[in-house]
Amino acid sequence: MAEPILSIRNVTRDFGEFRAVDDVSIDIQTGTITGLIGPNGAGKTTLFNVLTGMLPPTSGTVHLDGQDVTRFRPDALFAMGLGRTFQIPRPFAKMSVLENVMLAPLAQSGERLWGPFFQSGKMRDQEAAIRRRAMEVLDFVTLAPLADNAAGQISGGQMKLLELARILMGDPKLILLDEPAAGVNPTLTKTLIEKIEELNRDGKTFVIIEHDMDFVMQHCDPVIALAEGRKVFEGRAEEAQSNTVLLDAYLGAQVE
Amino acid sequence: MIGVLSYLIFFATVASILSIAVLGLNLQWGNTGLFNGGVVAFFGAGAYGTLILGGIPQDGLIGGFQLPYLIALFGGMVIAGIVAWVVGLLTLRLRHDYLAIATFGVAVAFENLVRNAAILGGAQGIRGFERPLRDLFESALAYNAAFFVFVLTLLILTYLFLERLIASPFGRLLRAIREDETAAQSLGKSPSRVRLTAFIAGSVIMGLAGGLYATFYAFISPQDVLPILTFQIWAMLIVGGAGNNKGAVMGTFLIWAAWTASGWALSRFAPLEVQLYTGSIQFVLIGFVIVGMLMWRPQGLFPEKLVVSQSAAAKR
Repeated sequence: MAEPILSIRNVTRDFGEFRAVDDVSIDIQTGTITGLIGPNGAGKTTLFNVLTGMLPPTSGTVHLDGQDVTRFRPDALFAMGLGRTFQIPRPFAKMSVLENVMLAPLAQSGERLWGPFFQSGKMRDQEAAIRRRAMEVLDFVTLAPLADNAAGQISGGQMKLLELARILMGDPKLILLDEPAAGVNPTLTKTLIEKIEELNRDGKTFVIIEHDMDFVMQHCDPVIALAEGRKVFEGRAEEAQSNTVLLDAYLGAQVE
Repeated sequence: MIGVLSYLIFFATVASILSIAVLGLNLQWGNTGLFNGGVVAFFGAGAYGTLILGGIPQDGLIGGFQLPYLIALFGGMVIAGIVAWVVGLLTLRLRHDYLAIATFGVAVAFENLVRNAAILGGAQGIRGFERPLRDLFESALAYNAAFFVFVLTLLILTYLFLERLIASPFGRLLRAIREDETAAQSLGKSPSRVRLTAFIAGSVIMGLAGGLYATFYAFISPQDVLPILTFQIWAMLIVGGAGNNKGAVMGTFLIWAAWTASGWALSRFAPLEVQLYTGSIQFVLIGFVIVGMLMWRPQGLFPEKLVVSQSAAAKR
């Protein structure tokens, strides 16, 4: 089998006495859409936060493309091609949708204090290119008509599309989505799924935390389940539906 | 008539100097969301720095290097920047109100330092140098007018510098850090580097204001770096509109006018026993202005404008 794009080995994360992620090992294969499921509190988001550098693991290692990236900071990981969205969207609320997206490209010469004064020609050329690309990406996620709206004023579902647009500006290889369909109306969810599948066909790898089982069963393969911090299942979606351990985990732990 | 004119020049000079400091705070707070509660420390560092570098030797005092004026002024800015760099490294990991408390403490420490350090003039302060190019002008009025033009020029340059800066990708980065640091970091940005850069740049601008202030009065003392000045500068920014440079300048002129007018009115019309408390009453008034503004119009008189693209608007 080919080298996995993301290799998680024995990752554990404690919060004081509480073990949120317990000795989890996962390989994410290039080109897949992996669904990460599990009851509330299973440690899915904590695992995401470890993978994206927002939290250091208590123990264990993470390799991205064969390189050890354990304890790398989020900004370094984004530069290496790892993009993530948030469970609760984090738009830059008082900035326009277009500005949100134009922020993301790396190595902008105008982002240095003296850039606007001593490299203004280069900055203008870069800005024009970034603006063009940003409008393309906004067009792709169907947000182009909202480009000049304040990002805090668009709907929750549109914010999720905006987060996707932002990370696409960095041209990531691996995209981690935290509950992309939660609280999003069906039309926007459909748009989002189309975009994910289209990006996946272009070679991008996805890991998606999602509670919507129809979503996971139809679009994710493989499916990985966490419960109480441990990996309790890894396999194809149809196997997940009949897996007794998994059903127990949901029925035993989740009260909704 | 001459009296009114000379007073107007005096007023406009001080208001312009303070506007520069408010613009520096706007870069930190309005654009980057850094709650600097110790503005006077950086203002004071610039003021003391300029007088020490450009001043004449005085017994028992540090400095008196008699550097050419513009170099002394620039040196004051550099000193303010160095103070900001050190303070920034120590405190910028703090968020919001904690940063405000820490920087407020720095400013109080600064005031105590200059008040107690004999080589910095102690409570008596430092006498400045003969105001630059004073000999070229016959009358004091003409000189003051010329000095006002000099200050105004620096205010305009600072304004244009900041307008260009915040319209650039750097400004976009500052706003993103202000809005959501975590999200910005997940998009490859380094919040700590950006926060430190903005903090130093804003403080250098405050240092410029301090240097001009010390030049104008040819004197600086611990009485000039009391916390009330920090609050006045904050009131100017809040009333004008955080995030909007035009608002910052307008707010400065408005608040400074209100401050001087209230002082004048109290000394003129208030009963004698009340006049004793003029300063305290003014403190209360400025507190009312800040709280009232935050309650009824938190965005200020000139709110920040959303940066929109002409091209995207045209496409619709």
